[in-house]
Amino acid sequence: MLALYAMSRITREDVERTADLARLSLSNDEIESMTHDLGQILDHVEQLQALDTQGIEPTAHAIPLATPLRADKASPGIDPDLALANAPSSDAYAFVVPKVIEAEEG
Amino acid sequence: MKLQSLEEQRAALDASEVSSVELVELALTRAEGTGTDLGAIVGLRAEAALAAAAGSDARRRAGEIRSPLEGAPVVLKDNMVQKGEPTTCASRILESFVSPYDGAMAEKLEAAGAIILGRANMDEFAMGSTTENSIFGPARNPWDTSRTTGGSSGGSAVAVSAGITGFALGSDTGGSIRQPASFCGVVGMKPSYGRVSRWGLVAFASSLDQIGPFTHSAREAAWVLEAIAGHDARDSTSLPEPAPALESALTGDVKGLRIGLPREYFVDEGADPGVVEAVRGAVSELESAGAKVVEVALPHTPYVVSTYYLVATAEASSNLARFDGVRYGRRAENVQDLDEMYKRSRSEGFGREVKRRILLGTYVLSAGYFDAYYRKAQQVRTLVRGDFDRAFEACDVIIGPTYPEVAFPIGARMDDPVSLYLGDIYTVSANLAGLPGISVPCGQHQGMPVGMQVLGRPLDEATLLRVADAFQRRTDHHEHRPPGSA
Amino acid sequence: MSEEERMSDNPLDRYEPVIGLEVHTHLKTESKLFSPAPVRYGGAPNHDVHPIDLGMPGVLPVLNEKVIGLAIRLGLATHSTVNTRSVFARKNYFYPDLPKGYQISQYEEPVVSNGWIEVEVPVKGSGKKRGAETVTKRIGVTRAHLEEDAGKSIHDVALSGSEGTHIDLNRAGVPLLEIVSEPDLRSAAEASAYLRALRSILRYIEVSDADMEKGQFRCDANVSLRPWGRSQFGTRTEIKNLNSFANVEGAIEAEIVRQSEILDDGGEIQQATMGFDVERRKTRVLRLKENADDYRYFDDPDLIPLMIDEELIEAIRADLPELPEQKRERFEQEYGLAGETTAILVASRRLADFFEHCARACNAPKAAANWIARDLRQELNERNLEVDETRLEPDALASLIRLVEEGRLTTKNARELLPELVEEGGDPQAMMEERGLEAVSDTGMIDEWVTAVISGNAAAVESVRGGDDKPLNFLMGQVMKAAGGKAAPGEVRKRLMEMIRGDG
Repeated sequence: MLALYAMSRITREDVERTADLARLSLSNDEIESMTHDLGQILDHVEQLQALDTQGIEPTAHAIPLATPLRADKASPGIDPDLALANAPSSDAYAFVVPKVIEAEEG
Repeated sequence: MKLQSLEEQRAALDASEVSSVELVELALTRAEGTGTDLGAIVGLRAEAALAAAAGSDARRRAGEIRSPLEGAPVVLKDNMVQKGEPTTCASRILESFVSPYDGAMAEKLEAAGAIILGRANMDEFAMGSTTENSIFGPARNPWDTSRTTGGSSGGSAVAVSAGITGFALGSDTGGSIRQPASFCGVVGMKPSYGRVSRWGLVAFASSLDQIGPFTHSAREAAWVLEAIAGHDARDSTSLPEPAPALESALTGDVKGLRIGLPREYFVDEGADPGVVEAVRGAVSELESAGAKVVEVALPHTPYVVSTYYLVATAEASSNLARFDGVRYGRRAENVQDLDEMYKRSRSEGFGREVKRRILLGTYVLSAGYFDAYYRKAQQVRTLVRGDFDRAFEACDVIIGPTYPEVAFPIGARMDDPVSLYLGDIYTVSANLAGLPGISVPCGQHQGMPVGMQVLGRPLDEATLLRVADAFQRRTDHHEHRPPGSA
Repeated sequence: MSEEERMSDNPLDRYEPVIGLEVHTHLKTESKLFSPAPVRYGGAPNHDVHPIDLGMPGVLPVLNEKVIGLAIRLGLATHSTVNTRSVFARKNYFYPDLPKGYQISQYEEPVVSNGWIEVEVPVKGSGKKRGAETVTKRIGVTRAHLEEDAGKSIHDVALSGSEGTHIDLNRAGVPLLEIVSEPDLRSAAEASAYLRALRSILRYIEVSDADMEKGQFRCDANVSLRPWGRSQFGTRTEIKNLNSFANVEGAIEAEIVRQSEILDDGGEIQQATMGFDVERRKTRVLRLKENADDYRYFDDPDLIPLMIDEELIEAIRADLPELPEQKRERFEQEYGLAGETTAILVASRRLADFFEHCARACNAPKAAANWIARDLRQELNERNLEVDETRLEPDALASLIRLVEEGRLTTKNARELLPELVEEGGDPQAMMEERGLEAVSDTGMIDEWVTAVISGNAAAVESVRGGDDKPLNFLMGQVMKAAGGKAAPGEVRKRLMEMIRGDG
């Protein structure tokens, strides 16, 4: 049990790493308070470790359904002006972002 | 009576005592007055609503009445999109967003002849149970403006409670319809998962989110649900079953109905005794109408809040990744590079609670923690469903308090997320298990409304509404209006 | 330089490369994987997008039915298991051309797993030259999963005409199968052969047009080296976004050199994502694989697992066309073909069909095979056409071949007619007659030409009489020249020999 509880000791570094993954920048104060809050929440959810879930199928959806499908019929896209209407920056129907230096795709 | 409830409005429209245009004008006045004072309404579409109302009046004169909602004004929680209208989710990041497409609710309400008046306040991205986490400021409870409305659909609850519109739509991910309904003394219903299309609902947690109505009565809730439910091929999680006929199920008869009282909902250290007393009183009322009470067990109740927060935040962390300042929404000024654009846009755009949940969700999905947190929570979700499957072998509905207490003061829980989260103990199970749930006003405590929650088997909205309606036929809690309401 | 030193310059003498490929192939659909927007190439930016492809707030995905059949076909064609349950998962990462901040893909439960294809690979050391010896090798297919493509980032400022990177989401949501091979490949040439075989299969079963130029068929290569004889794999790197066969081979060869130099110096290979610099023919590190690659995969809660009926799988199996390897075996047995010619014919289903039609019509399958695999293919390559995009009908080619076989048209003249047939079509016999190209097989005429040549080239004739056949071709040429190219070459040769030797 002790080992399990130890897991929830989320550190400042964990919060910083997680914020980076989530593309959030946090001030020092925010990192401090988030570390505290997340620590509290994780301490609480630690209670789940007491439950034996060996062999229990995970539930992703409460209500089972057959695979819904769409026929392969194309319809025109939306009006490109509308597609771009909310864009913070655009040019010649393209969205524009600060120049990407290194092409790193997933 | 001042044409506050949907039923009154419908009767007056049918009797030609009022036109839809007049109803909309009245609602606009109320929205601009009470609605603004209470922080309930965050956007109105006066011109479009009046035009739609004129159309409805013309239809009515031609003998076409699309549904019981024909001509009646409604507000949508500000997380359901309508083409050409803003949708903000009460977030800075979507402050200036205008939807390029119609959501299912806009379409369904239009098809039913209802008039969309505007948008209701909410917790940012539906994350919260107080409607305080909003760029528009907190919504205020019409029963006591120093208290919270509950949330996250607080604005929708207030719209109905304060008589601005006869009905409103909200969304419920962990209680966000039922809890504010309970706090504000109105009926709030979360249908079975998949009953109402999520197309055009800005996602918080996709496997839990469900849209539902706020009304004064169960009968009105049945009308609204009949109008908005049904299969939608654009939502893969939409139930294939057609929208159920609900009004015909409201027989007023509960003889032989088995009401399950979960022993875990009535423990000593549980809800406020004043709340429990009101709920027990309501159960006695149903018993006297012929229902039977049985005790049932929901042994995983102590774990549902943990399970819920793990599942909901994990899904949310991914659902909210699209708010990146590239295609729409806020982009921070003067950014030097891409990384800075992402980080500053999102950090400036999201409020504290949203950031907290994105971080938690990101953390529990990240390498090394997935199995211990997220997978574990999904497994416990299976156990929770099992609890309800077994309980519903012994009973037809489950009744308990909607929330452990009545509405608390605004600001009281801002700095204590865990204790605030724990309040969701009675509501989150319905989302985890996909069940329908309804909160019905059943009394008062400390001068504030108390809600009774009725949970039903999956897809069995009919029984749920029958019980709520039978209760309301015998009581008048739903006719109580907040002091000084319009 | 001594032989030994020269040998040691080749890293392949010290290290065995271990290569696995990840191929992304666009599926042949009208609409996108999860949205009804059209799949088109070359449209104006953001003109083929649905709010779903833009990742607008509130949108939801619904699976395109057609991709199921396509995935099943790929599964069956690669001897894989088609999984009756597969699950869509979200791969979470931020990139401007990834609209939702996650890609819908399959992770733990892909639709296709555990198969193989047979590939004709060059025998080691036989090089890449034409007619190189090949051997059949079985390459494992680890898995194939469905996923959506991302949009395009246009980084080139000059091209985009303004500061910043331009994002076009027309490609976002285009359906892909990612096909992952086992690390069974041992050279750049094998990798290339596997890719060609896979592309050929994809086209046969009409799962993908697999046009590399359109970006419909893209490849990432995982490369590691190990000392010969060791069973354990070395640390691998991944070379991203290889978009031509030449680049796949070039990149793998360059990466082998790069890694071997590090290993030779006693260094360690670092796990990294590599890019291939086409100009310099070198690979370079784009980024090291660190914790940054935490994709936080989880089942997409907006989608239901994909359940596939066994019945559907069986129906598709029954309907599956003959695959390249089956066709090759049949061609070899039925028509007595062999080697590279067969490989060329079966690589394209359309070419193979053309061959069969033509072979039946002219009743000379070997000749048809040679004509199609060499002469016709050259014409097609020059024009960058598929065989069914020309005016040439298989019956017309059959007629041309028959004229040659019957000795009525010389091969040389027949070859000269081919470009015109390809471009404009027509009846070879009519063309031959119209232009007076019919070969003269009248022995009287031929004897006249032969006699004249023999008397005019006494020295050459003497050599042949003396047993040296070399000048024979020269004499042949002289006769053909005298005949204006129209003498039947077989008859000419025969008469030449008879008249030279017969005299002697």
